[in-house]
Amino acid sequence: MLEAVLDSIARLGHRVTSRVQRLGRASVFLGATLLGSGTAWRRFSLIVRELYYTGVLSLIIISVSGLFVGMVLGLQLYETLQRFGSGTMIGGVVALSLVRELGPVVAALLFASRAGSAITAEIGLMRATEQLSAMEMMAVDPVARVVAPRFWSGVISMPLLAALFSAIGIFGGYLIAVVLIGVDEGTFWSQMQDSVDFRLDIVNGIIKSCVFGVVVSWIAVFEGFHAAPSAEGVSAATTRTVVTSALAILAADFVLTAFMFTGA
Amino acid sequence: MKRTTLDLWVGFFVAIGLASLLFLALKVGSLTPSSSSESYALQARFGNIGGLKVRAPIKSAGVVVGRVKDIRFDQESYLAIVTLDVNANYQFPRDTFATINTSGLLGEQYVGFEAGGDEVMLKSGDVIKKTQDAMVLEKLISQFMYNKASEDDGK
Repeated sequence: MLEAVLDSIARLGHRVTSRVQRLGRASVFLGATLLGSGTAWRRFSLIVRELYYTGVLSLIIISVSGLFVGMVLGLQLYETLQRFGSGTMIGGVVALSLVRELGPVVAALLFASRAGSAITAEIGLMRATEQLSAMEMMAVDPVARVVAPRFWSGVISMPLLAALFSAIGIFGGYLIAVVLIGVDEGTFWSQMQDSVDFRLDIVNGIIKSCVFGVVVSWIAVFEGFHAAPSAEGVSAATTRTVVTSALAILAADFVLTAFMFTGA
Repeated sequence: MKRTTLDLWVGFFVAIGLASLLFLALKVGSLTPSSSSESYALQARFGNIGGLKVRAPIKSAGVVVGRVKDIRFDQESYLAIVTLDVNANYQFPRDTFATINTSGLLGEQYVGFEAGGDEVMLKSGDVIKKTQDAMVLEKLISQFMYNKASEDDGK
């Protein structure tokens, strides 16, 4: 009886220590990536190449999702606001919810599953096929040559993608509210400009998306670089990237929101 | 993929992203150069500001002429001291009447200016003498009830 209790406590302890160890390794790896970024910034074409894969190829999914999220917001919020006779507030409500929360968060979730998983799979396969070891043999630092450009491309493209998501989402809300429902166009925009503050709402949204960019890219390169060198290892690492990124984004979002938008 | 096409696409992507940021800043957030134009500060004391908030608009004849900059409580007079940032393009006479109004039935509260007839204009740092407090719904109802009761007593 006592044996079983001690056993389960030991298992819990092992789980916690292994998590903490992993977090420590990830932090050391982030430090190494940042230190090894010099090459990537000096040879900027390395980052540009990765920007194509993380940024340009995410354009379609980000714009289509943004459009639909904006249109759904328009429909649902109008329905509810109409009950209080304030259907004209739709512009401000759609813009605020997109710029403050949905833009950065949903774009980051999509980015993690579209680009983050691709980065992990790519680096993981390089590890599995011993390309990374081959680089080390040739005295090429794989962190500087492979990891840093991918990390920075993620950090750069995330805020741009989040801004695009918000802008297209607002356009979707405009389509529903003005074109479909027939809210006055002038009211729609002026209501929006009245309620959205540049410093408080837009800048904070951009800060959020920058933080998410760092978090997602960090998780993606770390999982890929430390994937077990096998088919299962790569697939498990890709799954972990998506799951951990999603949880990390939502947790970071809560903390950031609590700091940014309370007491204002 | 050829290098130039790749560069082209990445440039396209960055341009779209920056254009969205610009759209958010200018069209959604209305960050126009005129919003940072010069203004002068006035003060007004109110017995009750209701739900007035910092950055609430100041309107005269329905046109926004400034924003509320700061709201403080004065420990000596037990009044709320509201600092008003008025656009330097607009001048108001010294006997301007400042009221706290509500836009619509449940809308946000704003400061209304009703210009008086004085020849001397308000300068930066002046205090508006004539103010009217925000209407508090509970007070209004209790006043109404009180009047109603005294009417009934008189009969």
